Amino acid sequence: MSFRSILGAVAGVTALALSAGSAGAQEKLKIGFIYVGPVGDYGWSHQHDIGRKAVEKAFGDKVETTYVESVPEADSERAIEQLARTGHKLIFTTSFGFMEPTLKVAKKYPNVKFEHATGFKRAPNLSTYAAKFHEGRYIIGQIAAKMSKSGTIGYVGAFPIPEVVSGINSYFLGAQSVNPNIKIKVVWANSWYDPAKEADAAKALLDQGVDIIAQHTDSPAPLQAAEARGKFGFGQASDMEQFAPKAQLTAIVDNWSDYYIARTKAVLDGTWKSEDTWGGLAAHMVVMAPYKNMPDDVKKMAEETEAAIKSGKLNPFKCPVLKQDGSQVECKGDGALSDEQILSMNFYVKGIDDKLPQ
Amino acid sequence: MRFELTPRASVAPFMRTLAPILAFITAFLIAGFVIWLLGRSPLAAFQVYVVQPLSDPWALQELLVKATPLALIAIGLSYCFRANLWNIGAEGQYVVGAILGSWLALRTHGTDAGIWVLPAMLLLGIIGGALYGLIPAFLKTRFGVNEILTSLMLVYVAQLLLDYLVRGPWRDPKGFNFPQSVTFDPAATLPTLGEASRVHYGTVFAVLAVIVTAVVVGRTLFGYRLRLTGDAPRAARFAGFSSKNTTLAVFAISGGLAGLAGISEVAGQIGQLQPSISPGYGFTAITVAFLGRLNPFGILVAALVVALTFIGGESAQILLKLPLDLTQAFQGILLLCVLSADALVSYRVRIIRRGGGK
Repeated sequence: MSFRSILGAVAGVTALALSAGSAGAQEKLKIGFIYVGPVGDYGWSHQHDIGRKAVEKAFGDKVETTYVESVPEADSERAIEQLARTGHKLIFTTSFGFMEPTLKVAKKYPNVKFEHATGFKRAPNLSTYAAKFHEGRYIIGQIAAKMSKSGTIGYVGAFPIPEVVSGINSYFLGAQSVNPNIKIKVVWANSWYDPAKEADAAKALLDQGVDIIAQHTDSPAPLQAAEARGKFGFGQASDMEQFAPKAQLTAIVDNWSDYYIARTKAVLDGTWKSEDTWGGLAAHMVVMAPYKNMPDDVKKMAEETEAAIKSGKLNPFKCPVLKQDGSQVECKGDGALSDEQILSMNFYVKGIDDKLPQ
Repeated sequence: MRFELTPRASVAPFMRTLAPILAFITAFLIAGFVIWLLGRSPLAAFQVYVVQPLSDPWALQELLVKATPLALIAIGLSYCFRANLWNIGAEGQYVVGAILGSWLALRTHGTDAGIWVLPAMLLLGIIGGALYGLIPAFLKTRFGVNEILTSLMLVYVAQLLLDYLVRGPWRDPKGFNFPQSVTFDPAATLPTLGEASRVHYGTVFAVLAVIVTAVVVGRTLFGYRLRLTGDAPRAARFAGFSSKNTTLAVFAISGGLAGLAGISEVAGQIGQLQPSISPGYGFTAITVAFLGRLNPFGILVAALVVALTFIGGESAQILLKLPLDLTQAFQGILLLCVLSADALVSYRVRIIRRGGGK
């Protein structure tokens, strides 16, 4: 390569990089995604990335997507702003910890639309969205209670935040609905994604006589630990059947594709508005993977429960809901706890023989 | 056949200057080769990684923001490392400094407390970090406990303490039970240098720390004592220098600067306490200290270089869609090249044939 051609290449690249900053009306809509974990986690971030790819597939040449993975929450403002200033007009930040940084950048870039997953702070150009995972957890709780021989089921939690706590409660209420004497053990991994820790947590549970493992962490490690011991478990965030074909009973799959496509379409049509979306099984934001490795009657029960939740006949947090000490939780919703109560849940329900770390 | 490193009798000063430059070129060549293997243009990568961040005012500011905590902590660590004391726990001292400083911010939240709040917070940050750094120092001088182990393990203690505080007593009562404190009042927020800038006064502290350290190490008896204790402990004892006092002093300085970095980051950049307030600055700073060869100005440059690899890595993900793993691999390659170049300048590699050895 001659010196001249190198020079030419550098100039070309510079022009390319500079042109990346300006986006005219006729140009593609650039959409950015910020992930808290690696796209290869086969869990939370992986599912968001599937949503991103679905957007690309649905809109083809009209859009261009970019992602930044494994962004530390305490140092995320720069990455978000970098997307905003490189011409991205719609930006999804996909973890709770990105809330304040997203808010700050949104104020600075009023012409860019922001979407923050699982948070509660909104602005005219900042929407929030999340999924009612606890609906799926009620179903797997029922399956767990049916399938458990020891009568003790386990749960690997990431952090004791409301989203995880409401999941544990829903799981346990589901289990209790088929076996009032069921017991649950909870172990905290204190990480969203740490396969080694998650596996250790699952092994600790199995050593304590647990024979069904549910998890609210992002890797397939707990499920794989169950598979290795010939026990059962559930996939989290994505269908993890390939990692544990004998152990996975079903999985609570996050389906962001429909939402991401709808929001992209809204921006393209000019109808985007700041709003709060919290969808569950009925909205297809939560999808159950095929029910496998279980007897037909258990499968039938699971399908019926799923249908009942979808139709609104069954609410996992139907009143009365009792706290651990037996006191009744005030019923602020329509025959069930209100959305806000579920989104800020920081108590265990009666029957969970453990102390919630606070 | 084996290799042996023998010290060179004399090293030309210009070789010492040239070594890091050659190391950088080598690192870029290796990284360029990897990028070429990935089927991308190494020139485009170089442009996005290095040229663009250094020619764009926004990116230059971000460079300072990112380099600030790294430089502050690494300067502190250089005191320890010079004296041959291994403080691996700067991350913990950073966290404790942030906690103690934030205590005041939360105590005065919503009151009319005046301008004294911020200086007092910074002072508390320094005190917190210094006291926390003194624990391993005290254990070493009093009981002979290995400071590498204690300082490292105290990191986890500090992180869990922070975790407890933001989930429990210091949780924002209006935050839906999410683990985070309230956002600090303006009186408790470190001002930025300029209106729309993210660069805060922490950067000024870092530059001051560099200048003061250059004077202290180069021109004072204390600096001489440090170097002597590190290079020739016996000689230092004969000279009447107490190794105990040196140990306590350097850990206090190191911890204090890490604590200052912690409170500056929380009060200047993040604006609240969260379970995670550092993407591993305390550990990355160890790399920075050695990249800068424990020289104050070298550390300043090294902090900027390491910050550049982070920011360039993000740009590469966004503009070239290169994987994040490449950034991390590049940081490793760079450190290896610099350290190898250093070793090769000071030592000669001799190949000793079998039988020729001991």
